[in-house]
Amino acid sequence: MSDASIIWFTLRMAALATALLIPPALALGLALARGHWRGKSIVETIVALPLVMPPVATGLILLRLVPREVVFTWRAVVIAMMVMASPFVVRASRVAFEGVPLRYEQIARTLGASEGRVFFTITLPLALRGISSGVVLGFARALGEFGATILVAGNIPGRTTTLAVAIYDRVQLGKDAAAWDLVAAGIIVAFIAIWLSEKLTRRRA
Amino acid sequence: MRCRARIPAVRRALFIALFAACSLHAAEVTVSAAASLSDAMTEIAHLYESRPGEKIILNFGASSTLATQIVNGAPVDLFLSADDAQMDRVATAVRVPLLGNRLAIVGAPLAKARRIAIANPEAVPAGVYAKQWLIRRGLWSTVEGKIVPAENVRAALAAVLHGNADTAIVYATDSRLGVVIEDGPPISYPAAVLRNAKNGAAARRFLEFLQSRDAAAIFRKYGFIVK
Repeated sequence: MSDASIIWFTLRMAALATALLIPPALALGLALARGHWRGKSIVETIVALPLVMPPVATGLILLRLVPREVVFTWRAVVIAMMVMASPFVVRASRVAFEGVPLRYEQIARTLGASEGRVFFTITLPLALRGISSGVVLGFARALGEFGATILVAGNIPGRTTTLAVAIYDRVQLGKDAAAWDLVAAGIIVAFIAIWLSEKLTRRRA
Repeated sequence: MRCRARIPAVRRALFIALFAACSLHAAEVTVSAAASLSDAMTEIAHLYESRPGEKIILNFGASSTLATQIVNGAPVDLFLSADDAQMDRVATAVRVPLLGNRLAIVGAPLAKARRIAIANPEAVPAGVYAKQWLIRRGLWSTVEGKIVPAENVRAALAAVLHGNADTAIVYATDSRLGVVIEDGPPISYPAAVLRNAKNGAAARRFLEFLQSRDAAAIFRKYGFIVK
């Protein structure tokens, strides 16, 4: 298992987790920002839980919730990353949607725009800057995820071993030099990933 | 072979993809093994897979973490634990005492050491074993004040290598520099096919292989005692 393939695997998993997370997280963010429904504060608390709880606790819960066929596969890696990244994306999008003036949307509606059109041409573009920052944070969280991943996806070299898990594994085994190689590579990847995402979000906003 | 026959003339790249798809159907044995076994087990799994048969999926971690995964329903067929206590937590179908290990002293002789690093003697197996041995030798009361407890056995070894302790008591498999303690406590690495293994039969075959002469040679190479 080469260092490059570990990093490539981790990047792919984190990107997939973030992409899969965006639609439901935005929907939930919008519902929390606009809706007045019963149990809203409970949902808000549940969404924040992965942020507050130790990741290992989240991993233990996931181990119970995730189907047996999924545990110890790359799908489990993606699920762990999605759950750990979700508070960032949901909270950021909620705040971003709250900041969009309702008047603009109402004006669009009086001009005959459908709800879908209002969302995609008014609400989403105005909230995009805030959402992007949440997505960047979520992706970063997914990249570095450790505690939940190691429980629900395990440490199977070539199958589920992510960057964070591989570093921990090498430290445990006293392979310090090999661990440092990955740490250095990880720092470089983090720099590039964050720089790229900053650049992408700036241009769009 | 069936997969191959369906598309008789395709490009090589497609063939490779198809082969990969076919091989996915071969039985897989998921093995959770203590981290200290990772080098030896990787080599043994490689040897086993060089013959026709099952594919071995190796999951490594602290024995306590591995047991927790199993107890919480992780799909594991075979478990290799670094101590009996963690093995006792899981439901097993076939259990054998596979390997042994010994304690070793790294660094200055105990009598001359001012700081002695061992894994946490209250919880971590390596530390528990070290304390047992020191008590039995009547040394515990004299060295107790010099003990530096470490998070795990590797951290104890690192403390000596980095000069934070004069001596460490670790497993013989952790360091070639150590002096093996011949009268140390028996340290056992049990192996077991789990009761709710999905591939019980295949797991038994691999367990048999782990007890073969070929596997034993690899375990010995990494310093383990083969039982």
